[in-house]
Amino acid sequence: MSESCCRTEIPVMLEISDVVREGKGQKSFFFKHTIHCKPGQFLMIWLPGVDEKPMAVSYWKKNEFAFTSQVVGKFTSAIDKLKKGDKLGIRGPYGNSFSIKSNVCIVAGGVGLSSVSTLIDALKNPLIIYGARTKEHLIYLKRYKNKNMLITTDDRSFGRKGFTTDVLEEVLSKNKEIKIVYTCGPEIMMKKVFDICQKYKIELEASLERYMACGYGICGKCMINDKIVCIDGPIFNSKQLGKMTEFGNFARLKTGRKVSLKEYHSIHT
Amino acid sequence: MLQTKLCNIKLKTPTILASGILGVTKETVDRLGKAGAGAVTLKSLCHEERFGNPNPTMFGYEDVFLNAVGLPGQGIDSAMKDFGRLDNLSVPVIGSIYGYRIEQFGEVTKKMASLKPAMIEVDISCPHMDYGKPYYADPELTAKITRIVKSNSGKIPVSIKLSPNVYDIKEIAHAAEKTGADAITAINTATGMVIDIDARKPVLANKIGGISGPALKPIAVRCVYEIYETVKIPIIGTGGVTYGKDAIEMIMAGATGVGIGTGIFYRGIDVFKKVCNEMEVWMKKNKVKNLSEIIGVAHE
Repeated sequence: MSESCCRTEIPVMLEISDVVREGKGQKSFFFKHTIHCKPGQFLMIWLPGVDEKPMAVSYWKKNEFAFTSQVVGKFTSAIDKLKKGDKLGIRGPYGNSFSIKSNVCIVAGGVGLSSVSTLIDALKNPLIIYGARTKEHLIYLKRYKNKNMLITTDDRSFGRKGFTTDVLEEVLSKNKEIKIVYTCGPEIMMKKVFDICQKYKIELEASLERYMACGYGICGKCMINDKIVCIDGPIFNSKQLGKMTEFGNFARLKTGRKVSLKEYHSIHT
Repeated sequence: MLQTKLCNIKLKTPTILASGILGVTKETVDRLGKAGAGAVTLKSLCHEERFGNPNPTMFGYEDVFLNAVGLPGQGIDSAMKDFGRLDNLSVPVIGSIYGYRIEQFGEVTKKMASLKPAMIEVDISCPHMDYGKPYYADPELTAKITRIVKSNSGKIPVSIKLSPNVYDIKEIAHAAEKTGADAITAINTATGMVIDIDARKPVLANKIGGISGPALKPIAVRCVYEIYETVKIPIIGTGGVTYGKDAIEMIMAGATGVGIGTGIFYRGIDVFKKVCNEMEVWMKKNKVKNLSEIIGVAHE
């Protein structure tokens, strides 16, 4: 028996070293600080006096990292007002990570691209299918200008009109080389991506989102069926997703009550 | 070797998931059972849905874990639909309940009892609730709550969960036993605060929180020891149990069951198996065949 059991999980106050506007209501916040991060992991971001929420690591290199936030509610609106030199409490990274494979396709919707960006940076030549509402909502266009990227916008203001899932279906029906699909975005989209991958018998890893308080598997709020999203996930494979009756259908509120995804998103922004 | 009985409930191990850690959904119960828990206490439910406090609601700082989640919960009515029943799972389930007003403890108990948990635990001790006057610190209020819970629980045994934030925990335990409690769960968290000197603010949004983790253990052991000298009903000793040696210590102080909650933070969900294995190693080495041989042995 070991005699001591210290473990510290407490936010570290870090100064924002840079703020970059990525798209409409979307900004990346940079920190000059070393973290050890695997593709797809997330941080807990504390804005003292407001709230603390999970955010994916969206840029990661030696001595620097960032997360990308989109204004959706009270917390993200307060984050949006922060300037270089302001401080945020950071803890993590938490969660599992994407597997690194070749012949891959990434399907990202909206700010979900930020959750797969550390994966994109770790892959050799991924095919990226990326969709957003309008041209103004597209992020990382400069960052990924040399990547093989198929872009869709709901209003046809940039790239193709329509949904990422239509493009995925088209790609998979023609390209038999693709071995695995990775996805992050609205859960309705990810559910469709799952169905398409099942149809074409292609492996899938999806990054899921649920309300979180701790990030290390004790508060029990981020349950999806019997999985604890913050420690068992946030990335789940086809086999796991196939067993999740709640995936694409239900989520639990902070209170623990199971509701439709629509109601969940109307309460937890 | 580790099998034990608590109010006639057979437990394959004495380790019990403490209330407030995981235990939000029915699916977690089987998972914790597989991880070695002898029983699982659900997160406390009251008469209404509660969102609790804004984040951060918890953090770990070396041997201290501080939380102020503010009793979020879906409420007993929603839980009744969600859980259906609690007597058909792989391990015994302890349903934790509370109310704001005394009569609400009775109403929630009645509904919880209809789900057929193995035991009902009564949270009179959560330090974050504004009861007006805290029930946990007053023997007469504790007695009133125990009576109303017992009159609504049918044949299901009832454990009253006590707070260490009192002048004399013995008189509270005595009041619960006298009015019909079948067991005592001791203890809930002790109140504390941590200030981030860079943020210049208390870290918890609620400012004050409850201390759990290894730092709580000496307080819990003292409380269990004192309660054991006062009452005859069994005690679920909870507070800072992280290793097998902690569980043995709690049992020697007088506990029959041993609650583990924050131990998951330090050692993962498998903490139950790890603690049980360490207990068995200790028992073999010390020629203890059955845990009943050492319950309260520190008093002799």
